[in-house]
Amino acid sequence: MSIFGRRTKPVEEQIDGDIFNKETDGLSQGQIVRKRFVRHRGAMISLVVLLSLIIFVFSALGFKIFGIGYGGWWKYKITDIPNLRTTGCSIELPGCPTLDLLPGKNFGLGDHPFGQDDLGRDYFALVMRGAERSIEVMVVIGLVAGFLGIVVGSIAGFYRGVIDAFFMRLVDFIITIPVIVIGSVLGYHFGSKGVLFLALFLGLVSWGGLSRLVRGDFLTLREREFVDAARVAGASNRRIIFKHILPNAIGVIIVNVTLIMSGAILLEAALSYLGFGVVPPDVSLGLLISQYQDSFTTRPWLFWYPGLIIIIVALSVNFIGDGLRDAFDPRQRRRISRKDRAAERQPIVKK
Amino acid sequence: MLAYIGRRIAVMLVILFGSSFLIYNAAAYSGDPLEGLRTSTDPKVHAKVLDLIRTLHLNVPPPARYFIWLKGIGRVFTGHLDFGRARDGTLVSTHISAAIPVTIRLILLSFILAVLFGIGFGIVSALRQYSRFDYALTFLAFLMYSLPIFWVAVLLKEYLAISFNNFLLNGTIAPIWILSASAVSGFFWAAVISGTRKKVVSIFAIAAGATAFVLVLLSVTKWFTHPGLGPIMMLVLGLGFAVGVTYLSTGIGNKAALRASITVVVIGFVLYFPVEYFLKKYASLSTVFVMLLLTLAIAIGTGYFFAKVDRRPIIRTSVITSIFVGLLFIIDKLMKTWVPYINTDAIHQRPIPTISESNNLLPSGNFWFSSLDTILHLVLPTLALILITMAAYIRYSRGTMLEVLNQDYIRTARAKGLSERTVIMRHAFRNTLIPITTILVVDFAGIMSGAIITEQIFGWRGMGSQFNQAIHTQDLNLLMGFILVTSTLVILANLVADLLYSALDPRIRVVGKK
Repeated sequence: MSIFGRRTKPVEEQIDGDIFNKETDGLSQGQIVRKRFVRHRGAMISLVVLLSLIIFVFSALGFKIFGIGYGGWWKYKITDIPNLRTTGCSIELPGCPTLDLLPGKNFGLGDHPFGQDDLGRDYFALVMRGAERSIEVMVVIGLVAGFLGIVVGSIAGFYRGVIDAFFMRLVDFIITIPVIVIGSVLGYHFGSKGVLFLALFLGLVSWGGLSRLVRGDFLTLREREFVDAARVAGASNRRIIFKHILPNAIGVIIVNVTLIMSGAILLEAALSYLGFGVVPPDVSLGLLISQYQDSFTTRPWLFWYPGLIIIIVALSVNFIGDGLRDAFDPRQRRRISRKDRAAERQPIVKK
Repeated sequence: MLAYIGRRIAVMLVILFGSSFLIYNAAAYSGDPLEGLRTSTDPKVHAKVLDLIRTLHLNVPPPARYFIWLKGIGRVFTGHLDFGRARDGTLVSTHISAAIPVTIRLILLSFILAVLFGIGFGIVSALRQYSRFDYALTFLAFLMYSLPIFWVAVLLKEYLAISFNNFLLNGTIAPIWILSASAVSGFFWAAVISGTRKKVVSIFAIAAGATAFVLVLLSVTKWFTHPGLGPIMMLVLGLGFAVGVTYLSTGIGNKAALRASITVVVIGFVLYFPVEYFLKKYASLSTVFVMLLLTLAIAIGTGYFFAKVDRRPIIRTSVITSIFVGLLFIIDKLMKTWVPYINTDAIHQRPIPTISESNNLLPSGNFWFSSLDTILHLVLPTLALILITMAAYIRYSRGTMLEVLNQDYIRTARAKGLSERTVIMRHAFRNTLIPITTILVVDFAGIMSGAIITEQIFGWRGMGSQFNQAIHTQDLNLLMGFILVTSTLVILANLVADLLYSALDPRIRVVGKK
């Protein structure tokens, strides 16, 4: 009994290694990664939660892409101002939420699941629109920053020399100014031009860290034997980058893009909270929290729901990133249960 | 080495020049500093506009105006750093020098606590890899990582500050709270210490029982409304801490270290009344500082006296213990100030504030009053910041520790027959700290910018609120002042991190062979 007690004995570690080797025997890298990711319970649950949340949110109010539209299944739009609901609420607080998750006759979403704000607007519609915006911002920042980070990092790491020095000084420029500062300056002036515009700008300033990591990976990988072999076989630079090096660096890239994305949803919320992000009449989760934080004591539901959605999205993205990290890490081993160890210890007798 | 530092600083200046030029122009072109005045109906508006144009050089186009600003900054080499003037004609440098201490106060304590707890939890979690404790902590870390700070802050204000203030009116803890706190404490210690099933159950029982006992005692004696430590309680806490530190630092088997740290606690106990008198009579920061020096001197002397061989770890143990004893003295003094403090008109029985960095209505001139006030104002922002920043340190130190534990030198240390405590504290823990140290340095500079949000939520008047105000009022010089300070800090931190890394890890050389 001690803080320093060891849980696994050296013999068990040896057995674990054997089990691990047997399991991955004969599988391709991609198959191993997929197998490990599926086994990561937190990541799989998060993936399901995130995907269903995205489908739920985007179908609620409907969307329109290239003329193909879907009206949405929710009865209110964010511009509707229905009467404040008074039945079932206390007299001084009309517009209380109707969401009821306990089994009973009120079970279900009800008329206003997240309640109504002080004007009577349906808060469910507002939160759904805010979540749409926040998820869009997250995805756009992830795509822009991921793309730029990969391109700059690969070019700098592969070609080295002057090109590398130039790009890395550029990264130094960008990293010097904290993202929240540059985001505030840009957001204050461009936030009014639309959410996607804001996301684009934020994406343009958040690729620095990723490009450094990608560059580091490229610098190591380009010295490896398989790259030499490809070059001797006459492969072009393009082919070496895309077919040989990039697939080997994909783990670092994917994991860091998920980290950028979970950071992005919090960044957008923080900027909107400060008043430098999304501006009314547009809606985002951060903006909703900042608008209704003072009504916490009177109408707590106006404060709870947007925050909970931010947390659910950020948490699931983080867990997915963790699952991917474990899946891509060759040194990572899953936890081996006692039962598996016992089975391994007593080899099955061949008949 | 000097050439390397010189070259890095030269590069740094170029980077600062470039980034400040870019952001200056971006901010200047995208906003209109005269916006508010254009729609004004003030009859003197014309004179005001002319005045503003003159003080801020608005008649010069931004790229050229940047160099006017840079000329002022460039005077740093002659010792007359000039950040220019804010919109209202005041010097930006006075704004900055007033704001920096506030921001430092805001982030320093939370940073230290987050680092201590983060690394501690992370390492225990790594030692218990794949245990329930590890899974729970991982989940908590991810949860903290995903929390928007402004959202947490509102919850803390509501549930912590206001409820705690209400609780203090009475000062008794409801049985349900005692039960749940005991259960939490039991689970926590059982998970941390672990062992066979029987031992885990007994640890759970001991920890839960002890917690329940202490809470009931505090509740019954109305300790929360009349807090204080007194010499006996300080002796007990001090001895417990001394044993704990000795266990972690040198192992209980090292009798010299145990004797030294216990002696330090006993000396503190003997000197209780004289120290108490001094802290009361000469209440000021310098007294506290002198006391600290004396404490350290006593601790080093005691350690030196008891140690015959291998003095450093023993002196380290007694010094850590002495710092804790010193802290107990200050806490005791602050607790004695508590009752008069919360009964002043300015506080009115509601001690935990939800906003601003100090209470202006308090009677001034009393050192302990103002210290207590400062500390109480720190409670909420510090908690919020710890919640947000600790997660990264938990994850990072856990990952690093796991990596270190797989190294060959750990296997060698075990093969030599060293105790598990020595292997972990001396071989694994120290090597874990190397990469963490460098991350911390860079992070500290980054937290400065995080203060923008925290200050906004809690209404502090530091660097962050200045930045907010500067953007909203289009005050370019004020904005640039903030950006220059934070970006200089970030760059310096990067340099320090690189140097520290090479100093701590001999395998890494900053000056490469050519």
